[in-house]
Amino acid sequence: MAEIMGLAEAVAAVVRDGDTVAMEGFTHLIPHAAGHELIRQGRRDLTLVRLTPDVLADQLIGSGVVRKLVFGWGGNPGVGSLHRFRDAFQHGWPVPLELDEHTHAGLVNRYVAGASGLPFAVLRGYAGTGLEGRVGHYRPITCPFTGERLAAVAAINPDAAVVHAQRADREGNVQIWGIVGVQKEAVLASSRSLVTVEEVVDRLDPVPGAIVLPTWAVTAVAVAPGGAHPSYTAGYSERDNDFYVAWDAVSRDRDAFRAWIDTHVLHADGAGVPA
Amino acid sequence: MTATYTASEMMAVAASRALADRQVCFVGIGLPSTACNLARATHAPHLVLIYESGCIGAKPTRLPLSIGDGELADTSDTVVPVPEIFNYWLQAGRIDIGFLGAAQIDRRGNLNSTVIGDYDHPAVRLPGAGGAPEIASAAREVYVMIRQSPRTFVDRLDFRTSVGFGDGPGDRERLGLRGGGPRKVITDLGILEPDPETAELVLTHLHPGVEVDAARDATGWDLRVAPDLARTEPPDAGELAELRRLETTQPTQKKGDA
Repeated sequence: MAEIMGLAEAVAAVVRDGDTVAMEGFTHLIPHAAGHELIRQGRRDLTLVRLTPDVLADQLIGSGVVRKLVFGWGGNPGVGSLHRFRDAFQHGWPVPLELDEHTHAGLVNRYVAGASGLPFAVLRGYAGTGLEGRVGHYRPITCPFTGERLAAVAAINPDAAVVHAQRADREGNVQIWGIVGVQKEAVLASSRSLVTVEEVVDRLDPVPGAIVLPTWAVTAVAVAPGGAHPSYTAGYSERDNDFYVAWDAVSRDRDAFRAWIDTHVLHADGAGVPA
Repeated sequence: MTATYTASEMMAVAASRALADRQVCFVGIGLPSTACNLARATHAPHLVLIYESGCIGAKPTRLPLSIGDGELADTSDTVVPVPEIFNYWLQAGRIDIGFLGAAQIDRRGNLNSTVIGDYDHPAVRLPGAGGAPEIASAAREVYVMIRQSPRTFVDRLDFRTSVGFGDGPGDRERLGLRGGGPRKVITDLGILEPDPETAELVLTHLHPGVEVDAARDATGWDLRVAPDLARTEPPDAGELAELRRLETTQPTQKKGDA
């Protein structure tokens, strides 16, 4: 049974220093409110697993929360580079950042294996690329049936998964719709999970294309209205594209970044949308 | 009477013209998305657009801001989880045309979107692979859209993120890559296509107003030029009007790829 709790309490219960934490949301439903709570609670030495580290990852990395990043594509979508990510990787600021780099298909299949209780997944990938020698969790294998050369990628089983969803019922069953990304796989692959939701409702009315994470597959649910901002929540909010554009200037400069975090994260209460 | 247009508009129009109706395209944000939506609005109304976010058969009424734009989800035939997009739709060979960009390309159409300089101590850390390597591997044909300069058209990639024709003919088969590889490289100067014998990119088209020397100067290897080098037709008034209408549908001007 998922327990419905406050955001601060839920983050404290689910994510510990040194954990491997999957934070997913594929350009939609990005768990920003939970990420800000990680910064406020001063989490350290996390291995962050995220297919598309974007502004959220930049904020966590720049705040010194992340020691290692497991990822597929790191950028500010539609805008350009992640300056905190670059600064950490290239200059070790504020702490050195280790990279474990995959292709999207490779990392997605690591989650699928993790969620499936298998030690590895099989895909066609990596052959001939520079990633072949770089990706620690990849091995070429030969198909026992056809003799084809394929890629094996090791399962990933994070300590915790953190995702955002539209809503939950009072039992803690979680309903997600729109672009559902890899959130189900991330939650099922992880030992513990936190789902922030826009609201808790009496009844989950069916929505076309929706998935439901049953309450017994989730650890904690916390209400965080607008918790995906500047990303969006289909049915609740629109993407704040101006924020992504403005983030470029904020994140280029260490002092401007720190001032932003200070104002919008450390001195915000985490109950709603950061201003 | 020639209308004025930008190099980006020429690239979008050239890519749009290369698409046939009902083809299935794997699309990224930026020029590829613009080109595909231009094709949908002009000669290819049934073009199937697939975005990596899981949107299959997207029919956006405005240009999307990201591959996860709600407009894509709302107008798609179906929205599937990301593992499914890669495993069932891309890997299984259901994509006709995959669009890619890159920071660097070499003469065999291999692409770098990972780092400039040394991997561990890069001069510039780029976003990384994302979906590009599997698109390069599995799509029946790949169209690369990239501006041509000595910085982007390099003799040696700093990192091989996505495989074009590898080190030469036969490499794709040897590596087990089932798609056809790069079919067109569309730049701001012209179009390059691979020589079937050598798998080397050859300049086959020059855009209006561009001379061969400019393309050679913008290429970091000894550029081969097709004997029947052609001239791209400039964008016509209808294409430009439709392209500009599409661009005004985008709420915020932006740059880059996602």
